[in-house]
Amino acid sequence: MPDALPPRAPAPRALSGRAPSAPTGTRPALRLAIVWSLALAALVAVLLVDVRGPLELAMPRRATLVGGILVASFAHAVATVIFHTVTSNRILTPSIIGFDSMYTLMQTLTVFVFGGSAIAATDGLPKLLAQTALMVIAATALYTWLLDRSGGGVLTLLLVGVVIGLAFDSVSSFVQRILSPTDYDLLSLELFGRLSSVQPDHLPLALAVCGAVGAVVWMRRRRLDVVLLGRDGATALGVDHRRELIVALICVSVLVAFATALAGPMTFFGFLVATLAYRLAGSHKHAHVLPMAVGLGVLALAGAQLVMRHVFDAAGLVTVIIEVVGGIAFLALLLGRRRPK
Amino acid sequence: MIAIEQVSKRYAEHVVLGPVSSEVPAGGITALVGPNGAGKSTLLSVIGRLLDPSAGSVRVMGHDVQATKSADLARIVSILRQENRLEARLTVRELVAFGRFPWSGGRLTFGDQQHIDRAIRFLHLEDLADRQLDALSGGQRQRAFVAMVLAQDTEVVLLDEPLASLDPKHAVAMMRELRAAADDLGRTIVIVLHDLNMAAAFADRILALKEGQICVEGTVDEVMQDAVLERVFDTPVRVHRIDDRPFAVFTP
Repeated sequence: MPDALPPRAPAPRALSGRAPSAPTGTRPALRLAIVWSLALAALVAVLLVDVRGPLELAMPRRATLVGGILVASFAHAVATVIFHTVTSNRILTPSIIGFDSMYTLMQTLTVFVFGGSAIAATDGLPKLLAQTALMVIAATALYTWLLDRSGGGVLTLLLVGVVIGLAFDSVSSFVQRILSPTDYDLLSLELFGRLSSVQPDHLPLALAVCGAVGAVVWMRRRRLDVVLLGRDGATALGVDHRRELIVALICVSVLVAFATALAGPMTFFGFLVATLAYRLAGSHKHAHVLPMAVGLGVLALAGAQLVMRHVFDAAGLVTVIIEVVGGIAFLALLLGRRRPK
Repeated sequence: MIAIEQVSKRYAEHVVLGPVSSEVPAGGITALVGPNGAGKSTLLSVIGRLLDPSAGSVRVMGHDVQATKSADLARIVSILRQENRLEARLTVRELVAFGRFPWSGGRLTFGDQQHIDRAIRFLHLEDLADRQLDALSGGQRQRAFVAMVLAQDTEVVLLDEPLASLDPKHAVAMMRELRAAADDLGRTIVIVLHDLNMAAAFADRILALKEGQICVEGTVDEVMQDAVLERVFDTPVRVHRIDDRPFAVFTP
């Protein structure tokens, strides 16, 4: 045991010129402060800019929008960053292993089985909870089973996830084809991210879930740093890689399920903010990268909301714009990686 | 110190290692040598609990590596594998700091910083300490990873081909540092080496594997014999003595 180790050689004096404190201390904090000031300013602008009519009328609706922005940013940013960390991969997004597809399929089947009017009828907290629980259970069962089958291989997990996602997509599009036009219209309303029509009564629950998952992730942030070294590297330093992987994937499924059920699917948004956060955080530590990613997410969604609503008068298209920008960034990074180091 | 008991590793029907039994004594450097596919890395990974054996057990300083909590084991034994890919962008110093995780849980103390500084100096990385790893050459990166392992400050150090991409100067320098760690700090070092003569020059003992079995083990002088090496490598070998050290030459 550690106490049985021989006495250490006398520690050398600190090297000249370098204070032996961590060199990354102030810079990441400063960067965070800048991004979060901008993000908060954007949120305040979303709340207050160009209010027509009495403030009391506009405020609840806009506060709901701000809540939706917070939930979507937090969920997608945190989910994507920890997903990248535990899979040792920064190209994939959680949606690649079929979360969005699962949501789409569930919605499509609901409309197919019960008819388009069923969606409106079942809207509410029970529906949101049921959807989320279903996705979490399915995802957890899938990963634990897959990890046991593949001997802990992350690549197998991802590959099967991709295939399952494609299968879900195919079933969805097949069912969508045989829907009546009215049902299809209702369905497509459900499927596109609808930040502007977030249900206010779902928000407290969603915020609470984000808080709970956030606490779990924050407590593991230093272990997640070690997981960056990969399975062998983390194991050598005494971190149970398999446990971190499963905990992270459950967190990812909870976050993505809630965000998707609340604000619709967003494929590239998480990827966009995570990739930017790696560049801008000025540190590899999750303690810096995670808040940076969330801040950038808030800034992007709130900024896009402002521009779309007040410049182009098309607030509903916010997520479409985010996805276009995110998709282009994704392609740029993918192709950029082809260059030799 | 390291007790290996009937350890074997199978993939489906294919046996890649064992069953092997051996004992590595405390202190000193033990070199694992042998032809490709002999099971050197597999054995090292099993000792360092990166790989579960199909059968058998390994005890390091009395601790069964599969039963002991991984976090506790990380203060006793460190292991560096051959390939170390990283997605994150880290500086050399940040990487070396990871070696202190088993002791500090990621919250670096003043003492941790001194260990990090010392490991960086050991491997002559002072000038590169604040450079990004992806801006370094393969050999420089390799030294940074070894520095991380030394910063972990464990009794037992397992290294898989740490000389792989090093030039002669840095290879010799690293072996000297490992020698010093063994002699001055009493560390037990097990190292997979490709270069027999490096093993002969710096190790105390050589353990030669062949086709998953221990072919021969003993002191450098016991192993560095024509007949023994020919048996291990299936190739004609002559051992000469130069400056009173054995030197293996593969006859063309």
